[in-house]
Amino acid sequence: MTSILETAVRIEISETDFDVNAELSKMRVGRADIGAICSFIGLVREANLGSRVSSMTLEHYPGMTEKTLRNIVAEASQRWPLQAVTVIHRVGKLLAADNIVLVLVASAHRQAAFAACEYVMDFLKTDAPFWKQESTENGVHWVDARVSDTAALQRWNQN
Amino acid sequence: MITILFFASLREALGVNREQFDCKLSSVTDVASLIEALRGRSAAFSEALAPTRNWRVAVNQEIANTNTPIASGDEVAFFPPVTGG
Repeated sequence: MTSILETAVRIEISETDFDVNAELSKMRVGRADIGAICSFIGLVREANLGSRVSSMTLEHYPGMTEKTLRNIVAEASQRWPLQAVTVIHRVGKLLAADNIVLVLVASAHRQAAFAACEYVMDFLKTDAPFWKQESTENGVHWVDARVSDTAALQRWNQN
Repeated sequence: MITILFFASLREALGVNREQFDCKLSSVTDVASLIEALRGRSAAFSEALAPTRNWRVAVNQEIANTNTPIASGDEVAFFPPVTGG
């Protein structure tokens, strides 16, 4: 399988919000070969582990973040025939219900788009150097990594 | 000289986000010897980088381990398990 074109991959770390429709338009412009686009949007959930989250601050490792996300997308494009991928992750201060992350995956058929979208999110969760600090009624604390995120990777090792 | 970076809870615990470090002065050749040198500095460093603590290390922006060699010009980063997405 040939790798995805470098020009069809868009990786962005942003302090400002993203516009899902604008990103979909950018991905589709001039492309009649795309048959399916799968999107994932991660949001700031108010309730986390019994606390009420009013805001969170996201920190990242500039340079390594982009490199890691590019590698994840490259790996995904080795597994499925992908035509375009967009990953936008916000950093800085976010409020409850704000967007955190957008993943768009385009392919000729839906199966590849669905699977690759999940794959990119699963590896983003465990490999991309982002850290969340939550503000709740009980104070400010760094979010712990979840064992379930690491467990989610196992399905990708089996096929 | 190498550049050392600390992120998130490690940065907060140590009160430093970035520093230059002379490997020759401390005979640092790999991640293990760097950790030994850093842990010898203070109780805060010793505790934050203890083997029992769940930290990660990257050398030149690639995930590394204690056996990874370190040479002049490298960028070494210590951070807790990631929690993005």
